[in-house]
Amino acid sequence: MNAAIRGTGSSLPETKLTNADFARMLDTSDEWIFVRTGIRERRVLEPEQATSDSATRAAQGALEMAGVAPDELDLIVVATATPDMLVPSTANLVQRNLHIGRPIASFDLNAACSGFLYALETVHSLVAAGRYQRALLIGAETLTRFVDYQDRQVSILFGDAAGAILLEAEEGQGDVLATILKADPGFSDLISIPGGAAARPPSPYTLTQREHFLRMDGRQVFKLAVQSMEQVARDTLERVGWSIEDLDHVVLHQANRRILNAVCERLGIPDSKRPTNLSRVGNTGAASIPLLLDECQRAARFRPGDRILAVAFGAGLTWAGAALRWSIDLPVPA
Amino acid sequence: MEALTERVNVIIGDQLGVERANLVPEANLLDDLGADSLDVVELVMALEEEFGVEVPDEDVETMRTINDIVQYLGSRVEATQ
Repeated sequence: MNAAIRGTGSSLPETKLTNADFARMLDTSDEWIFVRTGIRERRVLEPEQATSDSATRAAQGALEMAGVAPDELDLIVVATATPDMLVPSTANLVQRNLHIGRPIASFDLNAACSGFLYALETVHSLVAAGRYQRALLIGAETLTRFVDYQDRQVSILFGDAAGAILLEAEEGQGDVLATILKADPGFSDLISIPGGAAARPPSPYTLTQREHFLRMDGRQVFKLAVQSMEQVARDTLERVGWSIEDLDHVVLHQANRRILNAVCERLGIPDSKRPTNLSRVGNTGAASIPLLLDECQRAARFRPGDRILAVAFGAGLTWAGAALRWSIDLPVPA
Repeated sequence: MEALTERVNVIIGDQLGVERANLVPEANLLDDLGADSLDVVELVMALEEEFGVEVPDEDVETMRTINDIVQYLGSRVEATQ
């Protein structure tokens, strides 16, 4: 048994937060932000909504593309570092929102910005093992609620989004040809939200210390991110016997322009093979890769048979690579 | 300019782990100081932080020696004051 990607979906909130908006709040400018990050604007989820709401919209897009009804699902996994709440899981809430009429399996998985590829390995393995027939895999984040808008280094980077794919069991080669997952917690302090959970429960102290906000040492992360992404890209390609020239598309976690440029330069990936949405949406955590996959699919940039390398990096530190053979065959929109 | 050179040298020495004696104006970052392209971007991030300027990629490519960096920052910092 194997697993094929039958559909993709995504959801971006309508509200935009531009660099000009930041320049009104903080000592910064469009140039300061864009030169450092490559980001012009990000999206902010509507205040009355949470991660499960955007995750549900992304899921509906993937279901519709695949022609699968919610009741046909037997597994939902949400990769997120910014769940609606600690319990129940965001995946449970998506299951509720989809009005699935019987109990199925649903759970969250957290590997920060690498979460989608971690979940891809997990879900693909479960489906390929014949345990589940049709699974939704969603990467969804509401990161704008965890950034400190007094912190001009970090707050400018992140946006809200959700992306989803639908995996279905099939006989044959399958679409997920290799996945490599890595973590090195020796650098766990470089990106963290230290407060608000069991180690440092919410208290007046943790609030005044702003411990419930995301902290990141961007300069230290840069080199580790580039080296890790380059290495896992090479290892993933070696696993499937592809060279860089064999690739049709390289879908990188949209972290920061300097990181992406350095990775692509070292690997020799031309701009024509690296779709990007960083300037429009910023870093959207675990939603980044599935959002970009869905945008490429809907823009008819992906064609059946295309060879795709996906690479992610995030807090943990975690990083991951995946080699995909695209098989969704839909008419090219006029 | 001397004070600027001193500040630049401190950051370069710190970032690249280079002995003070090797930090001469004509020292080439890649050939003489053992930096690779990632070290250079990291160094530029440290300089941006220290001097409160942003350095576009095309300007990074012009910075080959310590003197290039000092001259560049001299013109940028002056221009913003």
